[in-house]
Amino acid sequence: MKPAAFDYVRPASLAEAIVLLSQAQGSAQGSAQASAQGSRGDAPIDVQVMAGGQSLVAMMNLRVASPGLVIDIGRLAELRAVSETADYVALGACVTHAAIEDRLVPDPSRGLMPSVAANLAYRAVRTRGTLGGSLALSDPAADWPATMAALDAQVVLRGPRGERAVAAVAFATGIYQTVRAADEIIASIRIPKLSPQGRWGYAKFCRKSGEFAESIAAVVCDPARAYARAVLGAADGPPIVLPRTSALLAAGKAAAADACKRALAEDLGANDFDDFKASLHTAMVMRAIGQVLA
Amino acid sequence: MTRVRLRVNGRVTADDVPARLSLADYLRDRRNLTGTHLGCEHGVCGACTVLIDGEPARGCLTFAVACEGREIRTIEGFDGDRIMTALREAFHRHHALQCGFCTPGMLVTARDIIARNRAGSAREIRKELAGNICRCTGYTNIVAAIAAAAEAVKKEESVE
Repeated sequence: MKPAAFDYVRPASLAEAIVLLSQAQGSAQGSAQASAQGSRGDAPIDVQVMAGGQSLVAMMNLRVASPGLVIDIGRLAELRAVSETADYVALGACVTHAAIEDRLVPDPSRGLMPSVAANLAYRAVRTRGTLGGSLALSDPAADWPATMAALDAQVVLRGPRGERAVAAVAFATGIYQTVRAADEIIASIRIPKLSPQGRWGYAKFCRKSGEFAESIAAVVCDPARAYARAVLGAADGPPIVLPRTSALLAAGKAAAADACKRALAEDLGANDFDDFKASLHTAMVMRAIGQVLA
Repeated sequence: MTRVRLRVNGRVTADDVPARLSLADYLRDRRNLTGTHLGCEHGVCGACTVLIDGEPARGCLTFAVACEGREIRTIEGFDGDRIMTALREAFHRHHALQCGFCTPGMLVTARDIIARNRAGSAREIRKELAGNICRCTGYTNIVAAIAAAAEAVKKEESVE
């Protein structure tokens, strides 16, 4: 289908975008939804921030989203900027999946992020879709929320009250729901650098290449930084950190497959998965752990 | 209405368009470039794939207004392009189309696959082609044609 009519603005800076967003939120008197999709169902969405538009425009074409105003931030150079410290790489929110895939931006993850990007949707989507846009939408089945949680990234939000950083692991709060306030925009994502000893595993299950996943396991283990985290994605909600499995990895005891499966069963048991989903998630996590240990 | 200026297949254009007009509809309805097809209109089928500044993109998931100043290349814009010439020949020889609806998107994507050197094996081609749906051929002949075109381009380059 075609999208409903809307107004379109392309601000020249992030600061201008934030002003436009605040003004529009004010005039919409709170009927705009903080998340990128109308999880409220019947309430109209009045303002949407568009990065690459690869989810938003599809939703608009399907009339799942019908914003009255679209603020296009996709071409802001400051949101494509990249910076680096000794500890982390900060990628602008509008860095595309393709730029990560092609290693046009520094990779703090020793190959995890380029690998995830290369297997995300399709090339013609990756050339326009962005890291920040994916996090802002926080589709439960998307790759970046789980990957960023596993890497312990920070999502940097900017709004009228200034800037704040939120741990990626706490960023999504529900299906298409995040802690981003309605007048905030994701500016960048800070991703800690893996040490040379750092290892990762990533497994996802899709029935067709490039489709949204039915299960995602992202495992990062970095002994030099005393860091280990196993995260489950595509789990019908925000990414889930698996505490017992992560602890086994941190203790260097994940090679014992039986102990590992027991810990994982306990972690998964805390959630309400049916037998099929539980076995699918188990298979993906064990596969990702296998890659870490290989 | 917003004035949008583009370069479409090398020609400078300027049109007043509503924000909701997709790039694909703009190309078809305003520029009469009907080679770009719209199938699903939500980014799944790939029939509307065109190049924006040389990179493949979904014409249905891009608004024309958002393309201000961009260079657009459609299936009509590949005269004299070496990879596309090889692909046309290979699609013909391998019978890589039946109804032809998906073919413009297939060709634009296939050209990108070869240009990025991702046509190393049938498996790799199939993975790269996963975002383009064909309901006629069963893909076998399309994959064979892309492999043959990649081979032909490589041979041509080694001669030079």
